Amino acid sequence: MDDSATTESATKEAATTGPDWPLDIYRTLKAFGVSQISYVPDAGHSRLIELSHGDGAIKTTVLTTEEEGVALSAGAWLGGDRAALLMQSSGVGNCVNMLSLLASCRIPLLTLVTMRGEWAEFNPWQIPMGKATPQAFEIMGVTVLRLERPEDAAEVVSAAASLAYESDQQVAVLISQRMLGRKKWTETR
Amino acid sequence: MARNFGSLDRRQAVQTLLADRGDLLVVSGLGSSSYDVFDAGDHPANFYLWGAMGGAAMVGLGIALARPQRPVAVITGDGEQLMGIGSLLTIAAHKCTNLSIVVLDNGHFGETGMQISHSGLGARLDLIASGAGIREVTEITDLKGVAEFRGELHNIKDGPRLAIVRIASGHVERVLPPRDGVYLKNRFRENLGLAVT
Repeated sequence: MDDSATTESATKEAATTGPDWPLDIYRTLKAFGVSQISYVPDAGHSRLIELSHGDGAIKTTVLTTEEEGVALSAGAWLGGDRAALLMQSSGVGNCVNMLSLLASCRIPLLTLVTMRGEWAEFNPWQIPMGKATPQAFEIMGVTVLRLERPEDAAEVVSAAASLAYESDQQVAVLISQRMLGRKKWTETR
Repeated sequence: MARNFGSLDRRQAVQTLLADRGDLLVVSGLGSSSYDVFDAGDHPANFYLWGAMGGAAMVGLGIALARPQRPVAVITGDGEQLMGIGSLLTIAAHKCTNLSIVVLDNGHFGETGMQISHSGLGARLDLIASGAGIREVTEITDLKGVAEFRGELHNIKDGPRLAIVRIASGHVERVLPPRDGVYLKNRFRENLGLAVT
């Protein structure tokens, strides 16, 4: 076994024995009674998306663009459902005007955003929106929380969910790229 | 000068759609559609959008998913729906059977100076909706057609459906619904039996 194989094996080991943060997020959303989840896919959200689709009590919606999920979350709340919106940082700018709906009506939003463009990024085109992501939310009054460590997932999402559903706030949890790990460009070949 | 695109009076068309509305929940799109829905009779089960252009159909989907036993109608204009055209794909993919979308199509952006819209320039919203996978797509050109579609609005088994209603592009006096979003939200939820806390 050469060194690189050893390292790869150790990394896999850590990945399989470390905290299962998507499951922690899923359980937290369930505990808060979330019954609608919408998403524009991202690799970092793939497990949570699978969990959502596999849960008959959650109405899961795939979107063509992120702002649809903002409007959908508003409708869910009007109808009495709690919703969560999953996206990647590159989609945050798409949401800006639609966020005015939630601010004007004081409707909760919980969005979980996987970050690109901030840590060991390979694709320079991801950098501008990644850098602007917190500000893009903040200019519309959205509270931004950071999730940096997998073991904090349940606590951070729980705090965000309370702020959203109990205090009628719009809240984004940015899931750090460092925590998600480097994108593997060769895995599908 | 605005070209005439259809002949239906928009107010009369919406009044006909909302007659004997029963348990219908209604979302109206930004602009003239909100005035039309308000003019047909204010109701706590109306949610008027005063912004969020392109979002009406998705707000309707969220409500329809939350309330599967209630019929939900989105009443909006061609310009508003065009801005959220992708939402037709999202709605079709969901097969949300209690949702209807009514596009009041005059081929113009009525609120901003009557510029000709993509619909007025030849885009076929009915074909786009069918292509997106919306089950039931209807084009309505007269009041009889509107009255027939009114019955369909209350059918919660066979949606999602979309109707293009060809309305005249003439000016209609503005009738302004309440603009306070928090008020509209609270009365809509209260009407559904949700506590305002």
